[in-house]
Amino acid sequence: MSAITIDDLSVDLDGVEVLRGVSCAVPAGGWLALIGPNGAGKTTLLRAVAGLLPYRGTIGVNDTDLGALRGRGRARLIAYLPQIPVLPPDMTVRDYVLLGRTPYLGYLSTPGRSDRAKADEASERLDVTRFAGRRLGSLSGGERQRVRLARALAQEPRVLLLDEPANDLDIGHQQQVLELVDDLRRTRGVTVVSTLHDLTQAGQYGGHLVLLAEGRVEASGAPAAVLTQDLIARVYAARVTVSPGPVVTPVREQPKQH
Amino acid sequence: MTRARGRRLPAARAYGVAAAFLVAATLVSALVGAADLNPLDTVTALLHLPSGLSPLDRSVLFQIRLPRIVLGALVGALLSVAGAGYQGVFRNPLVDSGMLGASAGAGLGATLAIVYLAGLGPAAVPVAAFTGSLAGVAIAYLSGAVASGAPGSGTTTLLLAGVAVGLFLTAVQTYLLQRSTQDLQQVYSWLLGSLSGATWQQAAEIGPYSVVSVAVVLLHGRHLDVLSVGDEEASALGLHPARTRLIVVAACALAAASAVAVSGLIGFVGIVVPHVVRRLAGSSYRLVLPLSLLSGGGFLVLADTLARTVVSPAELPIGVVTALVGSPVFVWILRSTHVVRT
Repeated sequence: MSAITIDDLSVDLDGVEVLRGVSCAVPAGGWLALIGPNGAGKTTLLRAVAGLLPYRGTIGVNDTDLGALRGRGRARLIAYLPQIPVLPPDMTVRDYVLLGRTPYLGYLSTPGRSDRAKADEASERLDVTRFAGRRLGSLSGGERQRVRLARALAQEPRVLLLDEPANDLDIGHQQQVLELVDDLRRTRGVTVVSTLHDLTQAGQYGGHLVLLAEGRVEASGAPAAVLTQDLIARVYAARVTVSPGPVVTPVREQPKQH
Repeated sequence: MTRARGRRLPAARAYGVAAAFLVAATLVSALVGAADLNPLDTVTALLHLPSGLSPLDRSVLFQIRLPRIVLGALVGALLSVAGAGYQGVFRNPLVDSGMLGASAGAGLGATLAIVYLAGLGPAAVPVAAFTGSLAGVAIAYLSGAVASGAPGSGTTTLLLAGVAVGLFLTAVQTYLLQRSTQDLQQVYSWLLGSLSGATWQQAAEIGPYSVVSVAVVLLHGRHLDVLSVGDEEASALGLHPARTRLIVVAACALAAASAVAVSGLIGFVGIVVPHVVRRLAGSSYRLVLPLSLLSGGGFLVLADTLARTVVSPAELPIGVVTALVGSPVFVWILRSTHVVRT
């Protein structure tokens, strides 16, 4: 069963067609990595699946048409973490993670004991409990990503949409965050759709890759099928070598001279 | 980098402090004034116990001081809650209850009433100010919606539209005043704000609007917390940002208009009170809103006590007092709750 099925999706932003006839699918519990040059439409695709943009075509989530889902119902299925978050600097980590329970609260109700328990469990799971009392403004980049994931986990989603989750992190913290996401995917059966600009990482974590260029699907499939030297050279205008793994290494035409 | 760590009060204690502040302000205000009331007798009279107050003193207390205290507390609470609500909606701690065309609209309304409706008597001014304040916000909101292409989206556009509408309405008001200079004094004394001549009737008149508007804002505290992570993530959490913004702005506008109708323009309260509350109790609107309600009431009662005693038997405009006394205190609180690290 596919967790997400996208069929002939098109999106216009300010009169410009940013996505054109995109179709792809992710099995439940899978990880779809969206790759492609800047401006290819990766973030737009994520935002459409998050229900934040009007679109043409169909997006099915767990066999339900996304268009039939509204506000809180949609938020119980799908959690979305944009690339650049708004983190209120004075909010505590505890309060922030608790916001993940929003889709489960009635209009005038406030978080109850079970909501707090779920938020605490999510914090525990991502090892942020020990700084639950700290302000968001005082966190490091790695801590911040973990806290955001804890909030998303408190949302108990079936689908996790991540826009460049490893952005702005050093290589160690990148691996830590991506491993945490993969762990949630394996242990909780959460389906992950993420953009990743590091192609090697995209191949390592994404079971299925979709390469977007100028709003269209240029290639899709297993990492080894998509990450080829020719395709990357053509779509990115980049010089790379691809070794088994696949590992994508940038190369310079001129050797370094000192 | 600055932080206020380790100085946050737990919620229960914060409520205690705010309530105690309001009670203390009420007592001070009840005891201080031209007529020298015996403190013990005043307290027993306030508690409806047998009291040694003379009939004259009783009428000073219950017909002059108490209505003024109640009206002051009400106005302070309304302005503070409206300020805090706007700050949540716009994610900006510098937004005040008078922005979005509210103060300018009220000023124009009051000026129109004073200049052209003098025949209707003094009752026309509060009604005109109330209507003008609400109309100012409505025009600002609609202009913002037109400018940003979608109602409720684009907080910056909405704020700037409010500034533009405010400047426009103020320009009209200034023109009107320039044409009828004989009304200058009356308009200015209204503009600077005052609670002198407060009556139980005024409190009763704005009571229903106050209750409704404050209740609506307080019930949306949690929604404002969600909104603080930005429209995009708030939507992804199932909130409807534009709808939340419209509801809270409408309620805050009603609160501010109610306050303005009976007190004139009193600035500063809507920024300072929520800010101090945030310093002491944290940033969650579920706490900031009710605590602003209590401490805003206390703050304005104290400010009004100063306004009517400092240059007694004359009175200072309360808007002048809130700014003159409030700003040094504000700076002091900012300083004392900040540990500056380099």
